[in-house]
Amino acid sequence: MAVHTSPRKKLSRFLIEMTLILISIIWILPTLGVLITSVRNSQDIFSSGWWSVLPHKAWVETGEFRLDENVDVDGPITIGKVTATFEELRQGVEDGNKKYIWFGNKRTRLIKVQEQQWQFFYNNYTTENYQNVMTGREVRFKDASGAEIVRQGSNLSGAFLNSIAVTIPATIIPILIAAFAAYAFAWMNFPGRKVFFIIVVALLVVPLQIALIPILQDYTRLGLTGTYLAIWLAHTGFGLPLAVYLLFNYIGTLPRETLEAAFIDGASHFTIFFRLILPLSVPALASFAIFQFLWVWNDYLVALVFLGDQNRVLTYALAAMVGEKGQDWHLLTAGAFISMILPLTVFFALQRYFVRGLMAGSVKG
Amino acid sequence: MDNSRVPQEKTGVLAWAAANVSRLVISLFVPVVTFIVLWQGFLFLRDSNAPQVVIVIVSILWGVGGVAMLYFITNYLVESLPQAWMHRLQPFVFVGPALAILAWFLAIPTLRTLWLSFFGPRSANFVGLDNYIFAFTDRVMLETFRNNLLWMVFGTFFCVSFGLLIAVLADKSPYEKVYKAIIFMPMAISFVGAGVIWRFVYAYLGEGVGIEEIGLINAIVVAMGGQAQPWLLLPPWNNFFLIAIMVWLQTGYSMVILSSAIKGIPEEIIEAARVDGANEFQVFFQIMIPSIQTILVAVSTTVLIFSLKLFDIVRVMTGGNYGTNVIANEFYLQQFTYSNTGRGAAIAIVLLVAVIPVMIYNLRSFSERKAF
Repeated sequence: MAVHTSPRKKLSRFLIEMTLILISIIWILPTLGVLITSVRNSQDIFSSGWWSVLPHKAWVETGEFRLDENVDVDGPITIGKVTATFEELRQGVEDGNKKYIWFGNKRTRLIKVQEQQWQFFYNNYTTENYQNVMTGREVRFKDASGAEIVRQGSNLSGAFLNSIAVTIPATIIPILIAAFAAYAFAWMNFPGRKVFFIIVVALLVVPLQIALIPILQDYTRLGLTGTYLAIWLAHTGFGLPLAVYLLFNYIGTLPRETLEAAFIDGASHFTIFFRLILPLSVPALASFAIFQFLWVWNDYLVALVFLGDQNRVLTYALAAMVGEKGQDWHLLTAGAFISMILPLTVFFALQRYFVRGLMAGSVKG
Repeated sequence: MDNSRVPQEKTGVLAWAAANVSRLVISLFVPVVTFIVLWQGFLFLRDSNAPQVVIVIVSILWGVGGVAMLYFITNYLVESLPQAWMHRLQPFVFVGPALAILAWFLAIPTLRTLWLSFFGPRSANFVGLDNYIFAFTDRVMLETFRNNLLWMVFGTFFCVSFGLLIAVLADKSPYEKVYKAIIFMPMAISFVGAGVIWRFVYAYLGEGVGIEEIGLINAIVVAMGGQAQPWLLLPPWNNFFLIAIMVWLQTGYSMVILSSAIKGIPEEIIEAARVDGANEFQVFFQIMIPSIQTILVAVSTTVLIFSLKLFDIVRVMTGGNYGTNVIANEFYLQQFTYSNTGRGAAIAIVLLVAVIPVMIYNLRSFSERKAF
């Protein structure tokens, strides 16, 4: 191996870094745009892109004047050194570093003057958008032309709490049930052990659409539709095959001697499970927990079918916002960011475990 | 453990019960109390007007605690049985709940959905294969097949090849972790959230006086002298704009898996090839690709299945309009918008049949591993 780096190698290193930086920028821009937009003043959002918070040269309004009454607005109009028609003036006519823009219809005779200036800092940041989507009360804001708009708030704080109430049990319950089952498959003898496990493996890739219709019929009959219990059970059912499979792979490889020593000491299966197996399996449990947490938090279909408008979770509330307020970007971006905060935090804090879970599991239904 | 059964114990279940009346009473009492507590909790959660925070906390405790309690109680009951019965029943205390839930939520629904798919909209009249004829010949369904094919071919291709490209390049960079974290991040974002993010990227304000496009793509197009477009309304290209969202979301997955596969290739093999004069492209195509072939296939299959069942992105972005419908969205429309259970069920069965090859592959590789 050559110790010194040749110029060719330097060039290839440089190209690799450039490619990676370019891809990273492409990957991060959409999220960055949403984050920046969510803290901009709502009126600014409608009139300029989020990138205008970066330093740039922009036309800034510096004054306005009214045309004389005797100027013919239908013919060519001369202002300063330029002559233009009404239509051209409405689009804006440049005169050196000045720009004239006709404001309103022909009768207003109002001309605004703009000049190009450097804008280094955007100083109209606000948390108002977040307040407006969190609340369930009416919210008011102004659009690009300054007209006031009234909207019903989306009550995302309520949806956030609902998401927590759905996600935490829907993560812990399947882990508990799957850990018990994985222990039984790995360390206990019972009739049908192998057949049952083959069924678990077969169910790994079954699309959950297959279950939605019959389960919804059952829930309607039992009066469970729209309850937390209904969605916990559904997520438990859909998550179990992967959970049992992952945990079996882990628990089955724990050293046999440890368990046998415990049995000789007279411990029961139940004690061994809680005192020995669960603590030893923490890495596997954590992997699946993050997997399931992200899956349930981000799930839309199951929540849409089994919860609907009762106990709305964040994904449901956000999708509803897209339907009702598709152009209210200040609200949508704030809402999207609220729905991302918790999973992103969990994700970056426990990325190591998540990656391990991804490696171990193949496909989820 | 199981051979610890003593012959006398087999005879006397009744005698044992008689001798343990008090234990029996407790054994009945405990589950009844448990049941009452859980039922009260359920009623409280359903009907209470308490502040939402209180309800959320109570429900988490009730749900998690309830499941744990059920295990403790049934195990307590089984352990108070005679040894022989305990050994026979205890495995089912452990594995029973999982099997029951799997049966209720996946195994039996498959058969029930199959059954429903032979009936009409309200499951009242038998229609034979009509729903399947619809599923395979209707114009709407054919469009979803075409679109799903686009998703599966292009979505999978770009996810896996970008993932591989980034994995290989990042492996050579000192800032590997930073790049990988950035590419991986969208994995934590919901499809609905991603829908909002990308609707904003594709946003189109239309023509008019003094309108400045606020969507990133249109702003770039306008800055380069082009005309702003309503990207999501342009069939058939809008399908590709939606696929881009999936690529953005899922490339991180294939990158992470493939990256660890690449790191698993022994350094000596690659060095040996380089010493023999192979250039980087030859190393990539003739050494790396063959060594990670199995994992490459596994990753592609996962992304393939994922794009087959894709629902949320289309639902949020276009609702399946403008020629972007996919199978899973049509399933949702038939079942929940048009209330046509028969057709919905038939579409679900079509989805199931499509993944059966993967199921068989999983079963085969499982039996080859001889884990049992």
